[in-house]
Amino acid sequence: MAQKIATREAYGNALAEFGADERIVVLDADLSKSTKTETFKKKYPERFFNMGIAEGNMMAVAAGMASCGKIVFASTFSVFASQRACEQIRNSICYPNLNVKIGASHAGISVGEDGASHQAIEDIAIMRSIPNMTVICPADAVSTRHAVKAAIEHDGPVFLRLGRLAVPVIYDESNFHFELGKGITISEGKDVTIIATGLMVSMAIEAGKMLEEKGISARIIDMHTIKPIDKELIINSAKETGAIVTAEEHTVMGGLGSAVAEVLSENYPVPVKMVGIMDEFGKSGKPDALLKMYGLTAENIVEKAQAAIAMKNR
Amino acid sequence: MDKQKLKELVKEFRKKATIIRKHIIEEVYNAGSGHPGGSLSCTDILTVLYFHEMNVDPGNPRWEDRDRFVLSKGHCAPALYATLAEKGFFPREDLVTLRHADSYLEGHPNMNTVPGVDMSTGSLGQGISAAVGMALAGKLDRKDYRVYALLGDGELQEGQVWEALMAAAHYKLDNLVAFLDHNGLQIDGKITEVMSPEVVEDKFRAFGWKVINVNGHDYVQIMEALAEARKTKGKPVMIVADTIKGKGVSFMENAAGWHGSAPNKEQRDRAIAELDEYLSKLEVE
Repeated sequence: MAQKIATREAYGNALAEFGADERIVVLDADLSKSTKTETFKKKYPERFFNMGIAEGNMMAVAAGMASCGKIVFASTFSVFASQRACEQIRNSICYPNLNVKIGASHAGISVGEDGASHQAIEDIAIMRSIPNMTVICPADAVSTRHAVKAAIEHDGPVFLRLGRLAVPVIYDESNFHFELGKGITISEGKDVTIIATGLMVSMAIEAGKMLEEKGISARIIDMHTIKPIDKELIINSAKETGAIVTAEEHTVMGGLGSAVAEVLSENYPVPVKMVGIMDEFGKSGKPDALLKMYGLTAENIVEKAQAAIAMKNR
Repeated sequence: MDKQKLKELVKEFRKKATIIRKHIIEEVYNAGSGHPGGSLSCTDILTVLYFHEMNVDPGNPRWEDRDRFVLSKGHCAPALYATLAEKGFFPREDLVTLRHADSYLEGHPNMNTVPGVDMSTGSLGQGISAAVGMALAGKLDRKDYRVYALLGDGELQEGQVWEALMAAAHYKLDNLVAFLDHNGLQIDGKITEVMSPEVVEDKFRAFGWKVINVNGHDYVQIMEALAEARKTKGKPVMIVADTIKGKGVSFMENAAGWHGSAPNKEQRDRAIAELDEYLSKLEVE
């Protein structure tokens, strides 16, 4: 069985790994133990600033530091970053296009026991609608490391969506290639394309195997960058497989599914089925139980894939 | 500074501030909208900052060692733009294009289009946080630059202001000076009637700031307060400046209605005539 590491863990490690760059500054809002920015803090205490439980202020402080040449990583739970501090991100970071990277952990219902108040299921939709913002949702630890590196190298605001739950490591560091805005084709297929993001990527891989047993050939794509989205890959997959399934641990309104549908409806309409949260809040529970309860499993992807293929022959 | 020199300096400030006030009237008149009241109340503070206190270079607006200024009450962009134009950051003639679709002079300060603007502001409460970030970066880099911010008194109703003040004191940002443009009025009326932030001095002190009270139209008091702020170590300084909203234009003074409305042609002519008359009096003084 594959090793499991939470993307927040990989985020903290990556900050510490790339932290020698003196321009990098890390801010947190009293959650450094949970967001794992603590790992950076231990190595570079002079460039870590706790801003207390005041997320709005933290985002605008980050903007001020970025205006002075700093590459600022501001971290908190995604629900507070994307929603409590949404307007600060819009007006003080994205409008002036400042070099602030938002490390938003505890995204999705896999937060588990803390329940709905702490489970961001709308963050992708909100963040991707703001001009100048780049949105990345890495699938595993290897991808997260590269996403942090790409965020450092990218000049402008980035929203990094990270999870609390330990998830399977699906990539091999030795032959992994990450490019901002370019989806990764994990396996080729001809009957349907499954486009997944975040922890749903490993579910998509599992679904691909289950479909293969049923004689269905599914292409699997990891869409780690939701904005700017890889239009070319989406359009080509629609042309080559004729049906699309999207999978995200996020509401189906405005997230990955919507972003894919926007591209296809304008360019090459094919059936699109979405796996995601159906306009409802999460709740407390074990992460795995919640993922089942909310229809975010490999089985759900298989079902939707079959439905999408059936729609091809209407 | 000897008395004669100080007298001359104050006279220079008076002239400069009156010219800036004329620009404000022309900007808002030509835009057909905007915020003259609060712009006129903070004009004297901006004059001292840009023509006496701050180390900036109009030829190199992004100079990394410059002092920074954040207009946290971003709606008073007409005052900031007029001051920056007078300082030489961009042509004075451009001021009348404020708020026009083909102009770079956005209704609220835009750091990426307007030379000399250090932070994009407009949403109240956020600028002071950005100023805290700049001061924190300056400390981290062991730079000597200082950071100035200007808050409105109505703006104190935003909770984020207090988050920022708490952070500035926590990190002992003695390279940060904020002005409170204490004109007592906001859109819906008196600040004490809408949602009182008083007693402001007690609150600032409780949040760990050194407080200095000045008359916000008295150049000597403003200069002295800034000099005292430079000597203050270990904590940020809040200069509470009592001001008159609409200062310098008789019919705009102390009238909440002039918070966010533009003068018509007749009102504009009257305002300019008043300011011109004041200028000519200064000449013969």
